[in-house]
Amino acid sequence: MSKLTDQRSLITPYRRLEPGGQPPSLYEPYRSTTRRAPAKPLIFLPHTLSEVTGPIYGHGNIAETDNDLTRQHADEPRGERIIVTGRVLDTNGRPIPRTLVEIWQANSAGRYVHKKDQHPAPLDPNFTGAGRTLTDENGAYRFVTIKPGAYPWFNHYNAWRPAHIHFSIFGRAFITRLVTQMYFPGDPLFAFDPIFQSIPDEKARQRMVSKFDLETTQPQWALGYKFDIVLRGPEATPFEA
Amino acid sequence: MSLGPTPSQTVGPFFSFALTTESASVRCIAGPQAEGERVLLMCRVLDGDGAPVPDAMIEIWQADANGKYNHPDDGQSETVDSACAGFGRMGTADDGSCQFETIKPGRVPGPDKVLQAPHLSLAVFARGMLKQLYTRVYFSGDPANPEDPVLSLVPGDRRETLMAHPDPARPGTWRFDVHLQGEHETVFFDV
Repeated sequence: MSKLTDQRSLITPYRRLEPGGQPPSLYEPYRSTTRRAPAKPLIFLPHTLSEVTGPIYGHGNIAETDNDLTRQHADEPRGERIIVTGRVLDTNGRPIPRTLVEIWQANSAGRYVHKKDQHPAPLDPNFTGAGRTLTDENGAYRFVTIKPGAYPWFNHYNAWRPAHIHFSIFGRAFITRLVTQMYFPGDPLFAFDPIFQSIPDEKARQRMVSKFDLETTQPQWALGYKFDIVLRGPEATPFEA
Repeated sequence: MSLGPTPSQTVGPFFSFALTTESASVRCIAGPQAEGERVLLMCRVLDGDGAPVPDAMIEIWQADANGKYNHPDDGQSETVDSACAGFGRMGTADDGSCQFETIKPGRVPGPDKVLQAPHLSLAVFARGMLKQLYTRVYFSGDPANPEDPVLSLVPGDRRETLMAHPDPARPGTWRFDVHLQGEHETVFFDV
């Protein structure tokens, strides 16, 4: 049977993202976008097998302390211990099981271990700030870490990033791939941060803000924050590739 | 139920200690045992001034030599080549470059009952990019290119930006530059 008549090459396309809910490539208040954003319009790509399939990555090499950033060194890191947990779902409300979630962040003083971070705040020998885990059968993930500090950057005069944890998620298809940042509720820096403000729709912006959660909070030990991540889901019906 | 998708945010300048460490990088998309023509793909990422982007990450996704993806949603009857995982991920060096070891993929079914020409899907992430950009890497001179249903959506004078070119001095080596902006701006796709 030829590839083109084989019904098994049917695909289900994914829902398209609405522009107001995502950042534009060019957002002048975030200065570095000006030379890194395409000037020509993107070309609409009908989904094929190449788009609706995607890597199954990271299943083989997850260590026991990869989801506990407070236990990766000899001693505990400085700072406010927190639990960050949530589910990875698609826009149809279906959980995304067994997908890789990677995080990275600054330490409690707002300093990254990255060699190019020049912020004169102390490094913490007991904190690297990188973690990874797989979602479970219900799409749930959980990290233990410390609350990252805010830190200055050079985008504009007196520019500070609100405290955030970077998230990288795969999902089921190459086009469900998402890199985002999780923020903390009530941060006074939101109004001044062009990266946060780059999302036009206020409701969509709030989806990047975690919620304090008393049930996740563990008495005498750590505050809990809930952060659900929603990836694009497939359309209702398959059609021929 | 319909939920609003979580917005994208930039990968920022400091991702390398998490996403592109020695163990988190994937240089080998298809191992030496994989069926198909060996390809060493040398990529570069350049900004609107033509300057190298030293803090980008490239991810690649591709089919095996029979045009079959290593994924449950690829229902084609072939058995996937287990030596071709199909995924690569590398950070760029100071000169904006990174490389991948792989094979030339086979043809994959496309829209309108037309087989697509051999191609890799490529996503680029960087500081200064609020969301990733998607493009495709085709192989210059492949006889299937003129009938590829996706290339035919691209204006003729821009198709060249989607072509990897063989290095005449090094057989098996192909070069592909991603121009984020500027005169030679790469075609990016709205997926």
